[in-house]
Amino acid sequence: MQWESWSAFWQMGGAAPFVWGSYGITALLVAGELIMVMHRRKDALRRLLRLRRARAGGGSGRRAFEEIVE
Amino acid sequence: MMKEMKRPERGKSLFRFAAPQLFYPLAGALAPWFAGAAAVLTIIGLWLAFFVAPTDAQQGEVYRVIFIHVPAAWMSMFVYLIMAFWSAVGLVMNTRLSFMMARALAPTGAMFCVVALVTGALWGKPTWGAYWVWDARLTSQLLLLFLYFGFMALTEAIEDPRRADKAGAIIALVGAVNVPIIYFSVKWWNTLHQGASVSLTKAPSMAATMLAGMLVMALASWAYTIAVTLWRVRPLILERERHAEWVAAELDALEGRI
Repeated sequence: MQWESWSAFWQMGGAAPFVWGSYGITALLVAGELIMVMHRRKDALRRLLRLRRARAGGGSGRRAFEEIVE
Repeated sequence: MMKEMKRPERGKSLFRFAAPQLFYPLAGALAPWFAGAAAVLTIIGLWLAFFVAPTDAQQGEVYRVIFIHVPAAWMSMFVYLIMAFWSAVGLVMNTRLSFMMARALAPTGAMFCVVALVTGALWGKPTWGAYWVWDARLTSQLLLLFLYFGFMALTEAIEDPRRADKAGAIIALVGAVNVPIIYFSVKWWNTLHQGASVSLTKAPSMAATMLAGMLVMALASWAYTIAVTLWRVRPLILERERHAEWVAAELDALEGRI
């Protein structure tokens, strides 16, 4: 163990803003990327489902869609 | 999958995963395992970084930034090379999935590039007295970020997916020249940035526990990159293959759940 106390740990020998800033920004970027990936997945799936419903919905669109499915 | 594609001698059967229809469920099945591995490795890596690795004799505690800075910088270069590799495969073999992989990798590569630049700046201020200097290492790393942005902007901007793929592939391949420039910049030019921390030919210049922490964090970054790329490529596959029968079946199963 490197630290005499928890407060010494958080102070990082006086470099706290730089060390915790680095780790904090990285954590935010990773979390942001994960949220974006999930968001884009939902967006894409919603769009595809909407497209499919529109095709299944009416007239020539329906026939075109059934050609795709069968 | 990435490794398997490079080893045809293990049987042509692995090439079947180049088919989006087979790769889609494979990616879905593998991603959580890589994400889990990334989480476990990050916990081990952070424990080594903060509770096992000693205080650096010269730099004090601020050096602990390297446990994310170095793995992030490595990943930003690796990911670009893998992007260039998939782009080359796509151009030569005309495989759609290769281009989708290149596109799915780019944002994660760019993210690691930003992490490397920001953590480098936060380390540089107390150590060098400046957040930024225009030395060869920092400048070529910044260029890498612009190459990622260029790739993403270009592939998003071109409507026709096949043309977008080809244009992106050209940026990826031409830009790959920059990666060895980044890596060797500290040797070729007199940079303020220090030389390589880890070398295959020299004995490590740092404490074994520091090295271990850095390598575990690097493995965590690999696992994270694979998981996120697989998650990102899945909806891309569905969008690009939306006229295929299997995608319709896949969407049937998703109806009402999204």
